[in-house]
Amino acid sequence: MHADVTSRTIEEAEVALQQTLGPDYRLMTLVSPNIARRARPGQFVHLRLPGLDPAYLLRRPFSLHRAVGDRITILYKQVGVGTAAMARLRSGDRVSVMGPLGNGFPPLPDGFHPLLIGGGYGSAPLFFLAERTSQKGVVFLGGKGRTDLLGDSDFKALGWDVHMATEDGSAGCKGLVTAMLEKWLAEHSSLPTVWYACGPDGMLRAVALLAVEHGVQAWLSLDRRMGCGAGVCLACVVKIQDPEKAGSWKWARVCRDGPVFESRQILWEGEFA
Amino acid sequence: MSVPRLETAIGRIRMKNPVMTASGTFGYGTEYADLVDFRQLGAMVVKGISLEPWAGNPPPRLAEVRGGLLNAIGLQNPGVEGFTRDYLPALRELGIPVIVNIWGRTLEEYEAVATRLEAAEGIAGLELNVSCPNIKEGGIAFGTDPAMLERVVRAVRKQTSRTLIVKLAPNVTRIDPLARIAEEAGADALSLINTYPAMAIDIETRRPVLSNVTGGLSGPAIHPIAVKLVYEAVRAVQIPVIGIGGIVEARDAIEFLIAGARAVAVGTVNFTDPTAALAVVAGIRDYLVRHNLSDVSELVGSVRGP
Ligand SMILES: Cc1cc2nc3c(=O)[nH]c(=O)nc-3n(C[C@H](O)[C@H](O)[C@H](O)COP(=O)(O)OP(=O)(O)OC[C@H]3O[C@@H](n4cnc5c(N)ncnc54)[C@H](O)[C@@H]3O)c2cc1C
Ligand SMILES: Cc1cc2nc3c(=O)[nH]c(=O)nc-3n(C[C@H](O)[C@H](O)[C@H](O)COP(=O)(O)O)c2cc1C
Ligand code: FES
Repeated sequence: MHADVTSRTIEEAEVALQQTLGPDYRLMTLVSPNIARRARPGQFVHLRLPGLDPAYLLRRPFSLHRAVGDRITILYKQVGVGTAAMARLRSGDRVSVMGPLGNGFPPLPDGFHPLLIGGGYGSAPLFFLAERTSQKGVVFLGGKGRTDLLGDSDFKALGWDVHMATEDGSAGCKGLVTAMLEKWLAEHSSLPTVWYACGPDGMLRAVALLAVEHGVQAWLSLDRRMGCGAGVCLACVVKIQDPEKAGSWKWARVCRDGPVFESRQILWEGEFA
Repeated sequence: MSVPRLETAIGRIRMKNPVMTASGTFGYGTEYADLVDFRQLGAMVVKGISLEPWAGNPPPRLAEVRGGLLNAIGLQNPGVEGFTRDYLPALRELGIPVIVNIWGRTLEEYEAVATRLEAAEGIAGLELNVSCPNIKEGGIAFGTDPAMLERVVRAVRKQTSRTLIVKLAPNVTRIDPLARIAEEAGADALSLINTYPAMAIDIETRRPVLSNVTGGLSGPAIHPIAVKLVYEAVRAVQIPVIGIGGIVEARDAIEFLIAGARAVAVGTVNFTDPTAALAVVAGIRDYLVRHNLSDVSELVGSVRGP
């Protein structure tokens, strides 16, 4: 709710490349010049997947992982029918892409250090942000196991300091990414930081609590089920504080008013007024 | 051959073609402004407006099912005042007829919304939603109970001089008596169908997929149901009928026209492709050319016997 929606387009994009990223994740690169040109970190695209059983009508939302030249890249996990159809696409196949959608991450204010906190494929938009942020910072990646830590070497190649945590201890610290973040904060309490996070709700909620505790601004990118992706169907809503009426809430559309919100705006489940 | 005529009329609303966008599936005119040339649409119907702002249901509000969508948005809307203040000005600029879908929990609320809108400029007509399955109070009861239907249509008719469209529920034993009642009570047109009450269960969690437990089914799955009900309603009344339900491409719309609908509205498919309604217009034009018809009215009600 901090920037205007840029102009969007729908274009038939050609699949340039499909790569695997460990056993569970993939990267798909599309030639999508009009979207690549406009894309900002934190925005997403809505894909109509040609191999999807036509009995399923909806597009599928994915964060922009990269936008370079006339190409965009998506980092995805196969979880259901749509992402399975996506995994079957090959170079030369065509996909209808709607985007870029939503408001991206706001730029880093001067004098602050960026901290990125990603869970699983939540690291997808954070890498795009790291690529477009000249000031290097610290990345915290978390996941269930080693294979859920995505892109650590890419962040390192950009010159960022990467910290990793896995719940099963198969890589990095054993435990939650937010526990690792908390430890880091204790050791760097004098550094002014702004946080950018994307991942499962549980992680984002923990990040939001820490942000309040440390008096830090934290921008969270939310993941909600979507219909239109364009602000018309009202399927993707989340409760936020009403900026005009203290103490009351209103619905915000994740697709249009988000997907990025400041952590204090969001009223999580159970916090309903 | 010359370009076929697509103009049609619903009550006093003149449309340059018979294709509109359905309530709740095209926002308030601004959301798709950068993606769709609105001037090519016959008309647009905005999301259901009530007297007071309404929060709707908690998420999850939408689920994809085979052949369609299940939704229980619960009619979230900014209320009639918020609508006329924040949304109507942009709608007026679209250059096409704007039809406002309205609903209420009581007869008095329906009347009050219609009265407020009567004072506003730039509204071509009202579509009375007496058939939404997603609110606990009122809602569908107005559309399935003949006595209540008659009262609400009469009451709103008294409050509005604009074209009044009554949107009927599909889940009734017979549509013709309700269609006739709406006509006799003063409707200028009928639109059908609204979504069909339905449900989906997540087999892993064994919980209903929607927070509201049940929702309304839309999309291709309901198209044949809609064709039947349009066919029957057209035979019951003199006023025009608008065919809605499961239009994906032009041939689905053409089916409604042949069944007797004077216009159609495109809903769920907008989410897949916001330009779908424009493709439907082009497809109807192509069909007329291919069949040597010079006017879409020649198609309306041209269904033959079995
Ligand atoms: C803004 C945004 C950004 C996203 N970015 C990424 C990304 O970068 N990489 C990635 O792998 N995934 C991302 N997701 C999640 C991705 O959209 C889902 O994994 C995908 O839609 C699943 O589709 P499916 O057909 O395989 O799953 P199914 O379960 O078969 O899908 C059924 C329906 O539920 C929806 N759905 C299922 N899971 C999700 C989910 N987690 N979030 C939203 N909708 C869901 C589907 O879109 C579809 O409509 C993002 C979601 C959002 C909202
Ligand atoms: C997300 C969504 C919201 C809707 N909101 C409304 C509404 O506010 N009022 C109304 O009368 N119908 C509403 N409808 C019903 C549609 O206008 C239409 O009657 C129905 O979806 C069938 O058409 P379709 O199969 O082309 O979608 C809604 C439908 C959907 C999918
Ligand atoms: S997905 Fe339709 S409003 Fe957000």
